[in-house]
Amino acid sequence: MDILDIILTASFWAATVRIASPLIFATLGELICERAGVLNLGIEGIMVIGAFAGWMTVWLGFGLWAGVLVAMLAGMVFGLLHATLTVPFGLSQHVVGLGVTLLATATAAFAYRLSLPEVTSPPKIVPFQPVEIPGLSQIPLVGPAFFAQTPLTYLAFVLIAVVSVVLYRTPLGLALRAAGENPASVEAQGLSVTAIRMGAVVVGSGLMAVGGAFLTMSAFSSFFFEMVNGRGWICIALVVFGAWRPGKAALGAVLFAAFDALQVRLQQTPMGAYVPYQVFLMVPYVLSILALVLMSRRAEVPAALMVPFNKGER
Amino acid sequence: MRLEPIANPSSARTFGLPAAALGLTVVVASALALVAGADPFATLGLIVKGAVGSRFALLETLNRATPLIFTGLAVAVAFRAKLWNIGAEAQLYAGAVVTVLLGTGALPLPSALLIPVIALAAAVAGALVLLGPVLLKTRAGVDEVVTTLLFNFIMLLLVSWLLEGPLKDPMGMGWPKSPALEKAARLPRIVEGLRLHWGFALAILSAVAVWVIQTRTTLGYEIRAVGLNAEAARFAGIPVGRVLVRTALLSGGLAALAGFSEVAGLKGNLTLDLSPGFGYTGIIVAMLALLNPLGVVVSAVFVAGVFVGADSMSRAAGVPTYIADILTATALLAMVLALRLTRARIRWR
Amino acid sequence: MAPEAGAEVVLRLSGITKRFGPLLANDAIGFELRKGEVIALLGENGAGKTTLMNILFGHYTADAGTVEVFGRALPPGHPRAALDAGVGMVHQHFTLADNMTVLENILLGTRPLLSPRLDARGARAKVARLARDFGLAVDPAARVGALSVGERQRVEILKALYRDARILILDEPTAVLTPQETAALFETLRKAVAQGLSIIFISHKLGEVMAISSRVLVLRHGRLVGEVATEATDRHRLAEMMVGAEITAPRLAERAPGPALLTLSNVETPRRGNAPGLKGVNLTLRAGRITGLAGVSGNGQAALAALIGGLEAPERGGMELHGEVPAGWSARAALAAGIARIPEDRHRTGTIADFSLTENAVLESYAGAPYSRRGWMDWAAAEGFARKVIETYDVRCPGPQARIRLLSGGNMQKLILGRVLEARPQIILANQPVRGLDIGAVTFVHNRLIAARDEGAAVLLISEDLDEVMALSDVIHVIYEGRLSPAFPRGTMSPAELGAWMAGHGFDGGRDAA
Repeated sequence: MDILDIILTASFWAATVRIASPLIFATLGELICERAGVLNLGIEGIMVIGAFAGWMTVWLGFGLWAGVLVAMLAGMVFGLLHATLTVPFGLSQHVVGLGVTLLATATAAFAYRLSLPEVTSPPKIVPFQPVEIPGLSQIPLVGPAFFAQTPLTYLAFVLIAVVSVVLYRTPLGLALRAAGENPASVEAQGLSVTAIRMGAVVVGSGLMAVGGAFLTMSAFSSFFFEMVNGRGWICIALVVFGAWRPGKAALGAVLFAAFDALQVRLQQTPMGAYVPYQVFLMVPYVLSILALVLMSRRAEVPAALMVPFNKGER
Repeated sequence: MRLEPIANPSSARTFGLPAAALGLTVVVASALALVAGADPFATLGLIVKGAVGSRFALLETLNRATPLIFTGLAVAVAFRAKLWNIGAEAQLYAGAVVTVLLGTGALPLPSALLIPVIALAAAVAGALVLLGPVLLKTRAGVDEVVTTLLFNFIMLLLVSWLLEGPLKDPMGMGWPKSPALEKAARLPRIVEGLRLHWGFALAILSAVAVWVIQTRTTLGYEIRAVGLNAEAARFAGIPVGRVLVRTALLSGGLAALAGFSEVAGLKGNLTLDLSPGFGYTGIIVAMLALLNPLGVVVSAVFVAGVFVGADSMSRAAGVPTYIADILTATALLAMVLALRLTRARIRWR
Repeated sequence: MAPEAGAEVVLRLSGITKRFGPLLANDAIGFELRKGEVIALLGENGAGKTTLMNILFGHYTADAGTVEVFGRALPPGHPRAALDAGVGMVHQHFTLADNMTVLENILLGTRPLLSPRLDARGARAKVARLARDFGLAVDPAARVGALSVGERQRVEILKALYRDARILILDEPTAVLTPQETAALFETLRKAVAQGLSIIFISHKLGEVMAISSRVLVLRHGRLVGEVATEATDRHRLAEMMVGAEITAPRLAERAPGPALLTLSNVETPRRGNAPGLKGVNLTLRAGRITGLAGVSGNGQAALAALIGGLEAPERGGMELHGEVPAGWSARAALAAGIARIPEDRHRTGTIADFSLTENAVLESYAGAPYSRRGWMDWAAAEGFARKVIETYDVRCPGPQARIRLLSGGNMQKLILGRVLEARPQIILANQPVRGLDIGAVTFVHNRLIAARDEGAAVLLISEDLDEVMALSDVIHVIYEGRLSPAFPRGTMSPAELGAWMAGHGFDGGRDAA
């Protein structure tokens, strides 16, 4: 059977892990924001600015890691804008998020056109190369799939554990979760809800931008306008699917990536001749909607998500 | 820092702060011009000239404003009910597809009958596209922000398939575009010889109609009640789910009229680049208008002017045309902040 | 409980003044708290108690005045300063995160945010010791969302004690407790005082103030209007100081009950989240009678209100209105059947803050004549109705076009009363009708309910304040975990007996089924 043949190849799993990586970065970023009580719809634009800033830095002759750093900083700048407007000023998180997405996307496009006014085909950089982990990469099937990836992919998977530990095992994580559940509990213990929420949005936005940078610096090697293509919105669905837990959300990202990798491969099979390619391309979006439908009733939403907090007000 | 509500804001606050927000947008425009190595004053002048500097420019701006009035109204209606319809783009394309389906010879009707039938069918199609996410919201508790956003991508792929398959123009030299509308299905120009079609008039009419609905009808009252406090509305016996569905039908229908008007009034056929993000820009238009339907007309013309002016300026001054997207997004964020600050003052202690 | 004579002053407030625009919330308030004493801070809603505490905790900065703890001035506007100096606060609205455990809630903010570890093990031991010393039994691993109101309050107290608080401030701590739970709380407070803690007890319940405090400070309109030793005063005099006039308790004239207007038999409704549904509820509301519903919050009051208000249909069991089974049940059906509904939360469910008084006045009646015809609103008719309510019910407001968010709670409640009572309803569902109101408004609301009863309406009064239920009801039911006690006629039960029912004693299969 076709599908079974595909699933049993190392290249399928390698692709799955690769496709999942940017989603993991951005999903964790969104999750951090939402656990603190802020829905960040700036995610789509922040991924675009991250993809652009990382790529541009390398294209200007700096190192790959410098690119990642610059991408993260760019994301944090837009995160700070989002946080300032939504946290202390308590503006609608829907409107501000969409505004930040529009602004970040436009900024990337403007800066790209400004620096490369005449180019028709986007210039390429040398992206991150796969690093084989000695020993582990020799395991059949599993080795080439999981242990011959680029450093950014390894970083994504390490981050799942880091975010989990911080969220559930440290004073910071405790304060962050409390800020998203009942901000008054945070304020009553002498902590600043504003600082915690703003910090969460800024850091989360940094992660989203690294997810965007993955696209230009690890998955592809050039920047083009439509490259994020709804991945940010998909990550928001993944946070819901993962019930606001880092492990589950990351698992959702991998599952999702597997379907995406499968759909690309199914296009090459005889089936691809009958079914228009657009149907395959719809799969990720339809899956995201399906994930939302399945999990929306069951998941435990942070109680203060999207609820602004004004000190001293009841 | 704390925000302290102001019961009765002074008129200096009410008008000064939004003016300051627009001022900030001008400052950002100047800064971007400087970054691009152009003279800020000349750049601003070129944008204004390109938007309203000639009869041609002005008509171009009004043409560009037409779809934005429709999408702006769609967003304004929905946001009033706190129904986050971010899918105007998808609804627009649904309207455009139906316009092509019915306007390329499928209905043997005279123009005076054909055009209203197509407009109505397009609106119904757009309404149905939004019905899905809204039923998911009212029945299954699925957040409509993400579903309407994702529908935009699905709809674009659907249109892409249609343009390469069933709706492909056989004379199109292989380009993914639909056949041209028959003459009877085209919206005529308001004044012969001037490049402005009846779609613009329909947009103005729609704005007035929405305003009447919002201020004079029980539906308008219900929409506002649900948007301001759904829990109190439900307690009072207002059928919240039904109101949301009706709002969605209205909103989706209005967005679809943008697609109808672009195809039947301006382009004459359907391509994948029919809308350069009119659905998303509609959010900016609606917010700048404070969700007021009559204000939508003004803000749509303003936003359209920025885009048309930036296009023309870009050719002359070499500042990338994306400056328009930055400016409108900046105006949006600055305006929501300004509005907040008209109703509350900052206390640092 | 008097402290030793000349005991150390642990807290000193002097000259605290705070303005909000034209409102003088605190006017040169000053007092001292000594080691090992309990002082009561008595005052009506809006007297300035909450503002004063917000200043003490650095959430607001005073316009003038200083706070000293153990002889050292607190820097203004620093929420941590009071906590670090050893002041702990138990808020009326619990400040707990429901999705976290008891231990996590206690640990929140006790270690530097960037420290790598929580030290849960050490904390657990300390919590266990505190729980034993102060009689505060609660499972540290339990999720707060699953705890009862009494248990949550214990967590709040543990939070303060865990931080080594030497001064405890309790804001209306008994508002949601049964008399028995209140007794247990007082036991804990006595233990705390015995160990050298000092306590400020904020309340408007005179009996409790008399029972626990050694000194009483009375606040009125932002001013400290009196300071007396508890043993040198009585409830009567305290009440007069608090309100500035003599309080007259509401009186119920004897009246023979009329026919049953609403009957529930064996009604069951489903659980909603943490809130229990109704289980086998039998209830009869008769004309000319106020039926009181006592109970600890979260025991099914919301479910009963939702059922009678038309927001929820019975899953099983029967409902009869005026002797007939209603066909279809919804909020509109309830309104059509002449049920007036005064909601529990006037801000969230009773009104729409950004609507005008006119728009709020017709919220339940806009859908038909005279306020609309064929979908078109008649705003003139709506405004006429609003004007009538404003006049008849003495709603103080700038006018019918003003947004209702500008009104005080009392005036907001008057508008709601007018909205529902103007139609002369036969059945009145009054859910917490006086919560958060000052005495003047409370009296107004109570008198209106009694007047409606005297005119032959059946009133269901739901309240967490047992005193209110006992004062106003012809007959009382107690609700516990969705079940209803038998009807107790007025004057047949003592507060302690009702308290036992509120804690579940007496119900079949209750805590100790007899």
